[in-house]
Amino acid sequence: MTIQEVEQGRLRSPFYPRQAEIDRLNNWHEWKGYSSADGFYDTTLEYFSIRNSTGVFDLTPMTKYRITGPDALDYLNRLVTRDMRKIKPGRVAYAVWCDDQGQVIDDGTIFHLSEGDYRLCSQERHMSWLTMSAIGMDVSIVDETEEICALAVQGPTSFSILQAMGIKGIEKLRPFGLAHFDFQGSGIMISRTGFTGDLGYEVWLSPDQALDLWDALFEAGKIYGIMAIGTEALEQSRIEAGFIAAYVDFLPADVTVRSGRSRSPLELGLDWLVDFKKPNFNGRRALAEEKRKGSTWQLVKLDIEGNKPAHHSYVYANPKSKKEVGFITSAVWSPVCKQNIALGTVRSPHGKVGDKLYVEVYYQREMHWSRVMAEAIVVDKPFWDPPRKRATPPGPF
Amino acid sequence: MSERYDAIVVGAGHNGLVCASLLAKAGKKVLVLEANSQVGGAAVTRTFADGYSVSSVAHLLYQLQPQVRKDLGLNIEMTASDMPTVALSTDGKHVRISGDEVSGVNAHDVAGYKNFCTRMNRFADLLKTFLNKTPPRLAKDASRSDLLTLAQLGLDIRRLGKVEMQEFLRLIGMNIRDEVVERFDSEILRGAISLDAVMGTHLGPRSPNTILTYLYRLAATHGAIDQPSGGMSAVSEALAHSARDNGATIRTNMKVRRIVVENGRAAGVETESGEKFSSWLVVSNADPKTTIMELVKPKNVETGFTHRIHHMRMRGNAAKLHLALDGLPAIKGVDKREFAGRFIIAPGDDYVERAFNHAKYGETSAKPVFEIVFPSFRDSSLAPTGKHVLSAIVQYVPYELRANWNKKSRSAFEKLAIATLAEYMPDLKERITATELLTPVDIEEQFHIHGGHWHHGELTLDQFLFTRPVGGAAQYAMPLDGLYLCGAGSHPGGGISGAAGRNAARAILKSGYAL
Amino acid sequence: MKKYDAIVVGAGHNGLTNAAYLAKSGLDVLCLEKNDYIGGATVSRNLYKDWYYSNCSYVCSLLRPEIFRDLNLARHGLQVTPYGGGTVFMENGDYLGSYPDHEVHYREYARFSKADADAYERYSADTMRQCRFIRDFLLRTPPDPTSFKPKDLKELAHLGSRFYEMGEQRMYDTIRFWTMSVAEYLDEYFETDVIKAALSGSGIIGTALGIHSPGTAYVLLHHYMGDVDGSMGAWGYARGGMGSVAKAISGAFQSYGGELRTDAGVDQIVVKNGKVKGVALTTGEEIDASIVVSAMDVKRTFLKCMDKNDLDDDFYNRVKNFKIRGSSGKLNIALDGLPTFPALPKNSPLLDGDMHFIDSMERMERAYDDWKEGTWSKDPYVDMVIPTVCDPTMAPPGKHFMSCFVQYCPATVEGREWTDEERDQFGQTVIDQIAEYSPDFKDLILHCEVRTPKEIENEAGLTEGNIFHGELTMDQLMFNRPIPGYAQYRGPVGGLYMCGSSNHPGGGVMAAPGCNAAREILLDLKRRDITPANFGDD
Repeated sequence: MTIQEVEQGRLRSPFYPRQAEIDRLNNWHEWKGYSSADGFYDTTLEYFSIRNSTGVFDLTPMTKYRITGPDALDYLNRLVTRDMRKIKPGRVAYAVWCDDQGQVIDDGTIFHLSEGDYRLCSQERHMSWLTMSAIGMDVSIVDETEEICALAVQGPTSFSILQAMGIKGIEKLRPFGLAHFDFQGSGIMISRTGFTGDLGYEVWLSPDQALDLWDALFEAGKIYGIMAIGTEALEQSRIEAGFIAAYVDFLPADVTVRSGRSRSPLELGLDWLVDFKKPNFNGRRALAEEKRKGSTWQLVKLDIEGNKPAHHSYVYANPKSKKEVGFITSAVWSPVCKQNIALGTVRSPHGKVGDKLYVEVYYQREMHWSRVMAEAIVVDKPFWDPPRKRATPPGPF
Repeated sequence: MSERYDAIVVGAGHNGLVCASLLAKAGKKVLVLEANSQVGGAAVTRTFADGYSVSSVAHLLYQLQPQVRKDLGLNIEMTASDMPTVALSTDGKHVRISGDEVSGVNAHDVAGYKNFCTRMNRFADLLKTFLNKTPPRLAKDASRSDLLTLAQLGLDIRRLGKVEMQEFLRLIGMNIRDEVVERFDSEILRGAISLDAVMGTHLGPRSPNTILTYLYRLAATHGAIDQPSGGMSAVSEALAHSARDNGATIRTNMKVRRIVVENGRAAGVETESGEKFSSWLVVSNADPKTTIMELVKPKNVETGFTHRIHHMRMRGNAAKLHLALDGLPAIKGVDKREFAGRFIIAPGDDYVERAFNHAKYGETSAKPVFEIVFPSFRDSSLAPTGKHVLSAIVQYVPYELRANWNKKSRSAFEKLAIATLAEYMPDLKERITATELLTPVDIEEQFHIHGGHWHHGELTLDQFLFTRPVGGAAQYAMPLDGLYLCGAGSHPGGGISGAAGRNAARAILKSGYAL
Repeated sequence: MKKYDAIVVGAGHNGLTNAAYLAKSGLDVLCLEKNDYIGGATVSRNLYKDWYYSNCSYVCSLLRPEIFRDLNLARHGLQVTPYGGGTVFMENGDYLGSYPDHEVHYREYARFSKADADAYERYSADTMRQCRFIRDFLLRTPPDPTSFKPKDLKELAHLGSRFYEMGEQRMYDTIRFWTMSVAEYLDEYFETDVIKAALSGSGIIGTALGIHSPGTAYVLLHHYMGDVDGSMGAWGYARGGMGSVAKAISGAFQSYGGELRTDAGVDQIVVKNGKVKGVALTTGEEIDASIVVSAMDVKRTFLKCMDKNDLDDDFYNRVKNFKIRGSSGKLNIALDGLPTFPALPKNSPLLDGDMHFIDSMERMERAYDDWKEGTWSKDPYVDMVIPTVCDPTMAPPGKHFMSCFVQYCPATVEGREWTDEERDQFGQTVIDQIAEYSPDFKDLILHCEVRTPKEIENEAGLTEGNIFHGELTMDQLMFNRPIPGYAQYRGPVGGLYMCGSSNHPGGGVMAAPGCNAAREILLDLKRRDITPANFGDD
């Protein structure tokens, strides 16, 4: 018996041959075992393609689980905090799932592909938790991460590009909708979802279609300013959209070593995802208790004065105080809003919308360090939320 | 519209009956539903051959908590009390144990055994105070009473005095083998004590934890063994009587199919026949796995809790063998009068350990260990005149037999067990007129105990006190509003003790389920 | 005649550490060693040509970094290099690799089960949480739960608060972790037999228990709680073999003015008027000191090196009943070259890691059954490493040193002394097991030293060759170690202290008992505490 040795280095996405052709920076990092580009040409240009034309991001390393079986709905409904009975076939739900203590394990999207047939996508791997959750239920969970690759096609011209590519009926797709389309004689799935807070789609296909699809997409997109983008550009748009990321803005509760380092959905500003009216779900009792007693932490979106991103900063309730009330988890200068923005975590009762807080920003100019206590206002809406994101059919923006 | 009760108890096992009786006594309208035709669960007397009856699972009474007797005013007639033990040896040089006295061993062991009993009983008394309390929650926001109980436990241990406290903290995690080898010369005596420590468990004498199981055995009556008149049903009937007297309704032949959950809380039960009964309080005397995995269903509780319940260890390891005999068998060196007592076949701690080895690999012991009684000797109601019943607990007989339990493996094991007995009772085979073997699988099927484990889950430190059945649910209330557990799977564990049922009832009444 | 402030008996790593701290504090310290070399079980021995065998302990990770830094061990020549990877060879020709690269490791586990590959993260986090909990107590003296002294109450409160801080569910998980068996612990995470077998070894190494015995999950910590440069659970080689550890600590000891004497076996610890007076050597020479610290295990200390009349009966009996069982043996092999393992791909990084040849939980447990019957395992659990793949100093270029740690191997065979023939059979059992997976292995053997517990006891002085100086079972941990009431390093006689691994926190080349004992001695002498505190990681 000869045993095939497992791949020793980093895995490459099926799109890699095309990415390698256009790559000028040779900046890659590891994401769930895959090589994922930081950027291909220039982060600023890539970023603006998302806001001005179309950026294409390779989502292949996203973990994808197929969930089927007679108990699939009951299973998911107990797994996540929102009511999955309301998610009809052809719809996608953004959801969080918690442990019994109501602490967030991860967030992700659940695609209702057809009646009783679901796909759950997340940044982290959860086979262990999903399998544990399936004890005593008639449900099948299959990891199809390697069987499905995906591209995020994001930006105002994304609709026009897909239309130009010949995707018939794409105009009917509403936000958080999904549909199956024909592509060169075989099927692909497209969902109107994304991580950028702008008009955009995610295209899901099998690896053998990868290069043809890439070629067709970029051919159609030529006149619409299509551009491959890396993680750095995506990260900027993610913060502008106010989306949280695992291991950045929160830690998966099932693998935190220290106590008190995990967060509940209520603390992450995701109370709108928690449906106490549905029967039972993981964390329900603990979250009901937290709702009654009040949360310890509050995730805040901050609009900070000045233009120095508040990376890793402490947050204070007043500029003179010695004791911080929280810290920044994600920070960026928003080129499109021309705002200095951040996501952070502060202790209750701080962090109510409109609160004025202070962040301690350190920055360096030519070997000279400065420290400022910058005023920061807690805002409730995402920093970037254009109407085109919601228009159906989308216009040729 | 189904009839509404203040509380529905699922299962009329002895704990269920204790709990029901106490709830009814407090003025609650209580319904008890039992799947079998008899009350008592695993504490029953059944006819296994024409004219022959036997206590089907538990056959000796030694753990019934005095508090239970007192609270319910029980008066159970015994045909035998303080039964002595004869630990058999093939050569006829048996060891006889009665209370803290032992004979058939050297002077060192006689004195040693007395000492051993004194110390063990002192620790057992301490354990007893734990057994009759609801385990406290360990949490920063624990209630005052949790903290008080915890402090009380600490104080009780400290009250032992410095030296004894040290010894208690050392012994509690230890194995029985090291203790008996340290103390006794007699192999037979070592074996007999080992057997008492490992009976009903998936542990061998060398497994750490077997001091705990030994103490647990002693924790009600210092191990004094009684035989209820008419078999174990006498206990169950007395409990049922008490429950009915207090106003509870008991219905047999009513197997509960599911516990009804509405709006995230228990709302009643539905039987196999489709009958529904409503109550905001459902108390399950079924084991934790049956309760959660089958009656409640995992979707109604949470993942972490389900996972913990799923991994609770409760694979039975003991079988019951019942023989109908046309007369008492001869045992070399045993006087006829001694048949009123208990016999043990466990000649040596190594013998028991070797018997256990097989169980680890899903095999039955090549040389099993036995606890044997002849209940008909004192109780003529159990067999026709002049005839007798041999009732034996046989170890180790794994629930998950690698070769699977079927006709062939059953009969092979029955043969082996009888052959082993015959080494001590040469004329046994000729005297057998009927047999009944209850493997853990049979016990599971007939008594609805998952894994056929009579403790409803291994009694080891990781499934004890704070973590029985599982951490976070040790206070009888399950993480589903309105659902309580009152069986042996909850603290403190199995045996005909009634402690779980009593503690559960007290916890329920204290929680303000005064509906 | 000269009288020392303190005599430390035994120049193993704990004795030397203790001596170093006492000397550093300014005491006049003599450290005595019976062998003509130091180190005890922490040695590199030149037993064959130019080979240096780490012939007892063989890998290094538990050595407390606080002590490493505090005693300047790097300056005294100690260098610990991490190694990664491991293999379990399977009977069906397959193998299970354990790779240092997180993602490759994931893929390898996923080859057997995706759920298991993923569960590994949860398993690591949960185990790490227990490591963090226990690590805080390694450099602390266990409190006496029966005492009402402020110091003990304070320590108890500290223990309690560390425990409470974990949160409710995790407290219960902790109680379970400390009491359950390694097999059951692993069952809660993994479904693949070979993965469980691979991980279960750490629950029984050096322990006279099987993987199904309650309490063995805790033993995992004694293999995970170490770290190399902050990477918890990592293992490393001491460059030059384990003797470098002892050499470096003795370097530190001598730099503080301590005096070391080898070939000086202690026959008796001399007691007069209920206080130690000094020691008598096997040569008859008597040396006086007001403090005697024994780095030997408690049985050797009190049953062999003290007069029974100096001890009270209860104490004596408790020492007698202290469980210290020989359960492991060792093969040290000089190799003419690197053996090949055809099951592994060419150039596999796994060739640099440790290797195991038991692929199922049943085989693991059956190995223990043999031991219970009083014989060595016929299909043993072998932890095999070849340190020379990354340490060029232990064998000539191109040649190699192989260390095989073998579980289980009893102190006596069916109650009798080992015969030479039986020892050779034991060695052959191990060699045959490895040769199943490496056809050229036998031909490469130039020299092989087979060590049963008997040899280990005779040379290193460990009773029954027990590597931990006493079983790591609950009844012998924390305030129960070695004996309830004597867990604070003080012996039953004035001026007598214990600093070996029989004491909290137990065995492994950790040096914590030596350091903790020094702290208590300095406290009694009302000298400033110069022992290091836990680094802490938050």
